[in-house]
Amino acid sequence: MRVNGEPVVLDVPPQVSLLDGLRDRLGLTGPKKGCDQGACGACTVLADGERIVSCLALAVQYEGREITTIEGVASLPDGAALQREFIRRDGFQCGFCTSGQICSAIGMLAERDSDAPPTRDEIREGMSGNLCRCGAYNGIVDAIEEVAT
Amino acid sequence: MRTFSYVRADDVDAALRAITDEPNAKFLGGGTNLVDLMREDIERPDTVVDITRLPLAEVEELPDGGVRIGALLRNSHLAAHPVIRSRYPMVAQAVLSGASGQLRNMATVGGNLMQRTRCLYFYDDAAACNKREPGSGCAAIGGFSRSHAVLGASASCAATHPSDLCVALAALDAIVELRSSRGTRRVPLVDFHRMPGDTPEIETVLADDELITAVELPPPPSGVSRYRKVRDRASYAFALVSVAAALDVQDGVVSSIRLALGGVGTKPWRAYQAERALLGAPATEESFRAAARAELADAVSLPHNEFKIRLAESTIVAVLRGMS
Repeated sequence: MRVNGEPVVLDVPPQVSLLDGLRDRLGLTGPKKGCDQGACGACTVLADGERIVSCLALAVQYEGREITTIEGVASLPDGAALQREFIRRDGFQCGFCTSGQICSAIGMLAERDSDAPPTRDEIREGMSGNLCRCGAYNGIVDAIEEVAT
Repeated sequence: MRTFSYVRADDVDAALRAITDEPNAKFLGGGTNLVDLMREDIERPDTVVDITRLPLAEVEELPDGGVRIGALLRNSHLAAHPVIRSRYPMVAQAVLSGASGQLRNMATVGGNLMQRTRCLYFYDDAAACNKREPGSGCAAIGGFSRSHAVLGASASCAATHPSDLCVALAALDAIVELRSSRGTRRVPLVDFHRMPGDTPEIETVLADDELITAVELPPPPSGVSRYRKVRDRASYAFALVSVAAALDVQDGVVSSIRLALGGVGTKPWRAYQAERALLGAPATEESFRAAARAELADAVSLPHNEFKIRLAESTIVAVLRGMS
């Protein structure tokens, strides 16, 4: 597969999740293992530009695909801007969920088919698969709103 | 997670061969349910047959005005499809009311039909559960039962079916296409899921070697349609009650009605009794309430889910009132 623009070979047994493959085999520890059951969104990465939870993905299923983790988002449209605005707008406290939040925000903005900027409610709905136990939601919405408008 | 063998199928015949040849094999779609259940040691396949690359991800318009939806189409692509959005808005609304953006990008239409219950005792290996361990009992009956079914439950199981999409498909008279090495058969969605009875571990009529290849929708019913989901928080939660409705009113009288319920039944619940009560009746709140009560007359509550009966009635009335 390709990860963050580079071809990589990931030789893992079929039960290894994409998340564990990225973290433990490739050393990409940006995607976080929060719940490991698809509920928290901390492991969100982009697969061919679409956001997925890498904990429920078996690595073998993604052979040949293009995976982007937080380590590779700076070169994507909105990527660097979201990173900057998360800092400016206090879009995190402990930072555990942030890599998933930013990957998810990139995916959400790419999914939109409207040129009109998203409303705050739309952002909250679109980001509901990413939990923040510090409760930095207002700052997260601020950051995404700033980038999307 | 236990170890297993992995086979990737590139076409339907290869998938059917693999599921027949390999003992204790399961098809793997988006993985959002099966991978989780394997990690929880509830599903224990020896072989996983990856079907995500089968060429079954199209939405095809049919000559009769219906559509054929490939079983491997992902939920986000189904909800965004222009034909689905314009002609079957209830389907798009149902899909978008479920899960999260990430999960909808992974989950497939066929997998949605095969979702297993989110009953907390099903997931708790210290609890009795006839679905997980046939014959062990049901910890929900006598346990914490707030999320459980009020329609269709048996003495063995009161688990709800978790899907939103299937509720819309039930209302729309969808047909499920199944293939195996023995041929193809077509099953109405309302007959695809089974009532729990004494064998709640058998959840569908799908045979072990059969593959869901498509879901077909007949031409959309006349009038307006809507999917409304009531839940504990505004997003990313399973339904307490959901209502899929299509209503047409001519001269103040209900001329066409489709109604299905989620969150309250052991399977996606087509509300035939309410439909019978409504067809030809004046499109008034009194009719809507009487129809809802007719459907819920057989509802049986457990200690913590009695509220669902009232909530289902109120939601049916509110949805139909808003559409008429």
